[in-house]
Amino acid sequence: MAAGPMKMRATLGSGFTDVRVLMTHPMTTAQSNQPLHFIQSVTVKQNGKTVVEAQISQAVSRNPVFTFRLKGGAKGDKIEVSWLDNKGENASIETAVA
Amino acid sequence: MKRLLFGLSLIVPLAAPAQDAKKEIEKYQQMLGEGSPAELWELEGEALWKKAQGPQNVSFEKCDLGLGAGKVAGAYARLPRYFKDTDQVQDLESRLLTCMTTLQGRSLKDATARLFGNADRPSEMEYLVAYVVGQSRGHKMAAPVSHAKERASYELGKKMFFYRAGNWDFSCASCHGEPDKRIRMQELPMLSQPAGAQKAYTTWPAYRVSNSQLKTMQWRLNDCYRQMRFPEPEFASEATIALTHYLAVTAKGAPYNGPGTKR
Repeated sequence: MAAGPMKMRATLGSGFTDVRVLMTHPMTTAQSNQPLHFIQSVTVKQNGKTVVEAQISQAVSRNPVFTFRLKGGAKGDKIEVSWLDNKGENASIETAVA
Repeated sequence: MKRLLFGLSLIVPLAAPAQDAKKEIEKYQQMLGEGSPAELWELEGEALWKKAQGPQNVSFEKCDLGLGAGKVAGAYARLPRYFKDTDQVQDLESRLLTCMTTLQGRSLKDATARLFGNADRPSEMEYLVAYVVGQSRGHKMAAPVSHAKERASYELGKKMFFYRAGNWDFSCASCHGEPDKRIRMQELPMLSQPAGAQKAYTTWPAYRVSNSQLKTMQWRLNDCYRQMRFPEPEFASEATIALTHYLAVTAKGAPYNGPGTKR
């Protein structure tokens, strides 16, 4: 199945950047009768530089939402979030800090 | 989401008064609303809205939701309403079916093949509904009751709301006709009064975290009837539209704030 949409918002605060990102993913767990299918890693880049490398598991809900705060940042900074799941599927989204 | 719930259970002492628990639940709901997967349904819905489909190979972009062909902004806040071309009062779902069968030239069988989806495979209807209702955010609820058929629909809906029947002799009012009622920690809004109707109606359709899915108003009514042990109402029937109409009119004046997020 082709990956569904993602949505991201990055807003500048005083001295920090708040990022909120929505992902479409089934996040199938071992408890279901379906084959395991879940996001394993999430990478966040700020102007091309990796700032977060997260390893997540089946414990995260379907269609996950992540909210996090990055130090610093400026208007127009490029924030890129990508995920990679256990089947090797991936998706990414890029937005400018507003 | 599980982690959030766990955190919540730590904050609320077991013997806390219901008021405190209610506050914590409101906080949880606010957190949910700030990052709601409903937005993903809106995105998918927008793509479907613009996708050419059916024998006529056209998109919904010429679909008339009551404000003129292709006008989506604010349309949901003014539904259900009377439509001249079909000579009946229609809600959003019923109107979408009309656009599928007339504009796109699809058969009713094709259009109604999959009205309720599931988490693994949501339905076209759910995506489209999410997109259209999202375009009414901030618009004040203003379902009309001026046409004779609109008045009749409203009155029928009101009658249905209070009509007791079924195995348990329930009516909508059994749960939603008195203030401050709840089932476990789920508050039951008093839908026969503006305050309750406004709070509920402006946050439906909604993404339900427990189902990982966006649910339509037609689904909400269908499931209420299931819970009341009534026979299953037909999708987009005169009866379900009338009941929706009654709720929409009672919610008049409040800014629409959906699609919402529910537990």
